[in-house]
Amino acid sequence: MQKRLGFLAVVSAFALLAAACAEDGDGGPTDGDVAECPDTEIGCIEVGADEAIRIGSILTISGDTASLGLDSQHGIELALDYRDGTFDGTPGQVADHDVEFQHEDGGCTAEGGTAAGTLLASDPTIAGVIGTSCSSEALGAADAILNDEGVILISPSNTSPALTDPATRQPFYYRTAHNDKIQGAAAAQFAAEELGATSAATIHDGSPYADGLQQVFCDVFTSQFGGECTTQEAIQVGDTDFAPLLTSIAADSPEVLFFPIFLPEGGLITAQARENADLDDTALIGADGLLTPDFIDSAGADNAEGVYMSGPSLEFSGDFYEGEFLPAYEEQFGEEPTAVFHAHSFDAANMLFDAIEAVAVDDGNGGLLIPKTQLRDALGSTSGFEGITGSLSCDENGDCQQTATMAMNIIEDGDFNPIFEATLDLAETG
Amino acid sequence: MSESTTTVEAPRRRLLLERVPWRAIILIGLSAVLLLGIVLGTAATLQEGRFTGANWSRLIVGGVTRGSVYAIIAVGYTLVYGILFLINFAHGEVFMAGAFSTLFVARALDDAGTLNSSPILSIGILFASSMVISMVVAIVLERVAYRPLRGSPRLILLITAIGASLFLQNSFRGFFGASSTAYPRIEILAGEMSILGVAIARKQLIVIVGALVLMVALYLFIERTKTGRAMRAVGEDKEIAALMGIDVDRVIVTTFAIGGLLAGAAGILFVFVFNQVNYFMGFVPGIKAFTAAVLGGIGNVLGAGIGGIALGVLESVGPRLILTGADVPSPDQLQPVVAFGVLVLVLLFRPGGILGAEEEKRA
Repeated sequence: MQKRLGFLAVVSAFALLAAACAEDGDGGPTDGDVAECPDTEIGCIEVGADEAIRIGSILTISGDTASLGLDSQHGIELALDYRDGTFDGTPGQVADHDVEFQHEDGGCTAEGGTAAGTLLASDPTIAGVIGTSCSSEALGAADAILNDEGVILISPSNTSPALTDPATRQPFYYRTAHNDKIQGAAAAQFAAEELGATSAATIHDGSPYADGLQQVFCDVFTSQFGGECTTQEAIQVGDTDFAPLLTSIAADSPEVLFFPIFLPEGGLITAQARENADLDDTALIGADGLLTPDFIDSAGADNAEGVYMSGPSLEFSGDFYEGEFLPAYEEQFGEEPTAVFHAHSFDAANMLFDAIEAVAVDDGNGGLLIPKTQLRDALGSTSGFEGITGSLSCDENGDCQQTATMAMNIIEDGDFNPIFEATLDLAETG
Repeated sequence: MSESTTTVEAPRRRLLLERVPWRAIILIGLSAVLLLGIVLGTAATLQEGRFTGANWSRLIVGGVTRGSVYAIIAVGYTLVYGILFLINFAHGEVFMAGAFSTLFVARALDDAGTLNSSPILSIGILFASSMVISMVVAIVLERVAYRPLRGSPRLILLITAIGASLFLQNSFRGFFGASSTAYPRIEILAGEMSILGVAIARKQLIVIVGALVLMVALYLFIERTKTGRAMRAVGEDKEIAALMGIDVDRVIVTTFAIGGLLAGAAGILFVFVFNQVNYFMGFVPGIKAFTAAVLGGIGNVLGAGIGGIALGVLESVGPRLILTGADVPSPDQLQPVVAFGVLVLVLLFRPGGILGAEEEKRA
């Protein structure tokens, strides 16, 4: 026993000694900085002379929602590729340094966002994080954790209004995706004006995205178009049997059923709604969480026919998207985009890179010091940034998409065909 | 030593009388509150008249359908428990294994065109494939995970069962990915019909009839055949059965095999209704089926059947019936509350379940 204790003591002593003698933080000169960090409030990210700038990402890259996250991840990688001016498969540089990504899986749940956020926040070399995919990963989870460490979180696809609501937003959070106040209003406009509906029912899954979006839809539908939301139902992620729910909804005979949720529930609801004869006259409308070919597989091609789907319009002006970006995407990843936010993640990555280049200072040894507060201010003051998704200007709440064009698609022959568009200003939606 | 008088103690008083003062009052009070809530809510809903008779019948049929699937899985649980006093937590994964693996058979049939040109034959192949695969998984499970631990404390077996469940889930996840996949469409299953004025989808009818056929077949097997008798004997007393010349090991393997066959069939029936498979699909139905088995009286095959149907109907009709009147929004989110609430009520009054014995059999 004593021998074992003694051995343990020696091992612990060595461990302590090793830890004490180790460099603190990965890379970057500790003593002997010629320059000092200009950010006295929070601090700097240090990048050594031959080291890469490390950017993290929190996207949902596995499971039923993988198509959404992987698509955004591809957009980020294309942004780095294009840094050198061409889509040639070789990554460019930011501030004369290479960029290294650390992709984490958010899983489209708050738990996943918390875990990934904690992992990235505890790494002092991460200069910024692009993410999350789902609003549930961010709200109160990743956005708070990263904010506490002064790390930027810029999202390509979070659309929940709560994330940029002055009461609940985190100062280090930004997004290039549209605010759902715009999408909900556009969907309501479509339902009322194009479909001529006067009654609607909604289904959400308890996530901030779905609940926020259906609430905006109902608010605008009732107040602006004089319609009626007969019932606003909720389901649990993981449920499979929605027949009782749909029977109950059908009892009120709504003309529209709006279900802004994710897979697989969206697919199951579509399939089961088609089987319910009482819902034959009800138009089914999904939202951008379901705007992926996986939806058609999940619901079944026959059931998905005629389903409407709202989402950001991909009719981007200029030839860059059609002529260069899409071909490069297909060439590098071997398939067409599986979701709609790759353009937004491309823009988000570029905005972050530009902001880093704007505020990074030379530390005198060939490395970089990236001041966190200045980085946030630079990102937050972005104005008139010409991205694929349009001219981006970040407001004081973190929304960088001030004017967004929403499209309503219909599924015909297994394809999403845009049939309606509405361009709305965030400021108008109130 | 003091005086050596022997005192005869008064006969030990019955359990129930001992419990009367504190606990009984609380339990009965709680039950009364629950019952009152149920009755009031139901009355309010019916008075509101929001749902027509057709709506209710649709809900009930849906409930019987999903209840039938629970019933078949529950029988697997109850058979194994009756013989080994083991709660086979991996049974949900046995169910998943059959349904998931048969996806590839279904795809092959679909590619060859047979799926919709010879639907009866194809469905037969799907059933056979799923049942055989589930049976094999169940037998392997017994051989590898449970037999080596025969005679160990029950907790060890429970942990092994949970471990086996996780192993199977994540194996499928590793091989086939984490997303849900849909089965190819089977035309013959589409369509609705009306029986005795009740609207029922064809696939629902197939599920209910299929489950009924399987239950009857199982009942006949257990009651009328020699192996069935052997199973009942081992269930009653393992040691004596062994002394009577019954090969206990073989009976146990047979039990697992039958449970597996039924789970495989349940898998296909499940797919008929929901059309999607996923590595995690066995977990929740497994838990619900186990609950159904307990509700009906664990160890009792008929009880498992009744418990399954009862749970299915409770889940389908219960939330809407009880909670709509109370103006609870989205009552479906409280499905488990309703189902388990009724379970608790039943167990309070009949701890052995609906058809179970009053007292637990000896461990």
